[in-house]
Amino acid sequence: MSSFFNGLGPIILGAISLGLLWAVMVMGVYLTYRILDVADLSVEGTITLGAAVAARLITEGVNPWAATLAALVAGLLGGGITGILHTVLKIPALLSGILTMLAMWSINLRVMGGSAGRSNIPLLKTESVFDPFRNLGLSKNMSALVLGLLVVLVVGVLIYWFFGTEIGSAIRATGTNQQMARAQGINTGVMITLGLVISNGLVALSGALIAQSQSFTDIQMGVGSIVIGLASLIIGEVIFGTKSFKRSLISITLGAVLYRIIIALVLKAGMNTNDLKLFTAITVAIFLAMPEIRTRVDRFRSRSKGGV
Amino acid sequence: MLTITNIHKTFNKGTINEKKALNGVDLHLDEGDFVTIIGGNGAGKSTTLNAVAGVFPVDSGKIEIDGVDVTNLPEYKRAAYLGRVFQDPMMGTAANMGIEENLALALRRGERRTLRWGITGPERENYRHLLEQLGLGLEDRLTSKVGLLSGGQRQALTLLMATVKKPKLLLLDEHTAALDPKTAAKVLELTDKIIARDHLTALMVTHNMRHAIEYGNRLIMMHDGKVVVDIRGEEKKHLQVRDLLEKFNIDNDRMLLSE
Repeated sequence: MSSFFNGLGPIILGAISLGLLWAVMVMGVYLTYRILDVADLSVEGTITLGAAVAARLITEGVNPWAATLAALVAGLLGGGITGILHTVLKIPALLSGILTMLAMWSINLRVMGGSAGRSNIPLLKTESVFDPFRNLGLSKNMSALVLGLLVVLVVGVLIYWFFGTEIGSAIRATGTNQQMARAQGINTGVMITLGLVISNGLVALSGALIAQSQSFTDIQMGVGSIVIGLASLIIGEVIFGTKSFKRSLISITLGAVLYRIIIALVLKAGMNTNDLKLFTAITVAIFLAMPEIRTRVDRFRSRSKGGV
Repeated sequence: MLTITNIHKTFNKGTINEKKALNGVDLHLDEGDFVTIIGGNGAGKSTTLNAVAGVFPVDSGKIEIDGVDVTNLPEYKRAAYLGRVFQDPMMGTAANMGIEENLALALRRGERRTLRWGITGPERENYRHLLEQLGLGLEDRLTSKVGLLSGGQRQALTLLMATVKKPKLLLLDEHTAALDPKTAAKVLELTDKIIARDHLTALMVTHNMRHAIEYGNRLIMMHDGKVVVDIRGEEKKHLQVRDLLEKFNIDNDRMLLSE
């Protein structure tokens, strides 16, 4: 038991900082899954795209901040492709996302290694956006935590503001009731595309930050990321609540951090890393089933209390 | 205000489910006309309204609103000219947005949406005032989610949204059919009041012959995708349900029952 607690501090700190970087991605997933009511799988491709663009540019000597910004822009474009497939070409949303995800695999190999392709880029001796914080004397984890917190704060405030504007309200209306939105003069196709664009931009930004934080980019890094995003989102919502929009944004951020802590703890407790995806899938299934489980438990209780 | 010229629409063309829904509809509405539309199931009443709203493109013919040819405009662009209330109370509002947010969306119908804040202080006061006139107590629940409202409340709100920005044409598609009789009467009364107050031009589809006779200055009946009867003026004023039944041999059960 004592070995479990050995060195737990840094592990938790690492999990919190990684969770904050992932929280940016989870906000992107929230925009599509909750606000637009679309399950967008292109994020599996665009998170890697963000990482790949940033890694390639940084190794080519580009300033890491500029590289991170470029990753964000690449993500916006990726989301635009899904949006056009879905709203202009009328391909179902789920399939549009899958097509983009698949296409991104090839694109990401090219981004990392040109026509020869390359499946990973190490970022060990390169600059990163975390350097200014490391130069202040902060540890690797603390730098990630501080920058992660800053980015989450800025992105969160921007999202909160944007969805209060006329355009943001139009996107929300589109996600709730497309028929109503069109009757109120809202171009629903454009709004859905805009939502996908912003979402995938955030996901790519998150990918770029994660890559620099772990000093490594790999073609595989996006695999299963949508489930991780949903897991964080749902854990956050169930535990911390969704009373208001602001509360939801805070909840999903905490959810992303909590998810990383849970994963760190089960790994520390000795779980095989190969089983991680199975564990995540089961966790998501349980949390998604929560409302149904609750009603069944309630029904069982009221019956056993001597109802009819 | 509205001119429909010989529009045709066939759904599922070339399949076993082919259905000729509109078969040469001609209709002209003057400004201020309040026209009720009756007809059996499949007569083309709702289809006509949806054709005007641009839910689908018509196969042929022309639709003009206030002199503007809208035949080829997409639904969201035609919305600038229209106010719409649907049969299903769930359809006209965004359930997980607040009452004031729904009204704010409606107020910006036909205008360019920008990065300005989605709702302003002065307009909020205006909404409170408008909601007061509904007499449903909604004025104190501006931020309540619309999903929490009853069907009648949602339909009254949809009506308010359809008229908060004066439309060139108000389209009411059996908008009281899903409500209980008492609520339906209240919403109809409100509809009549708003149309009279704002001098709106309106098209109201109904299955209830009594309502069709009681409201509006003009009554049309559709059959097999065409306008077959058009009664207005003095004749409309003295119209009785009995006249309609006798004159036009109505044998539609649903219309008889709702009388």
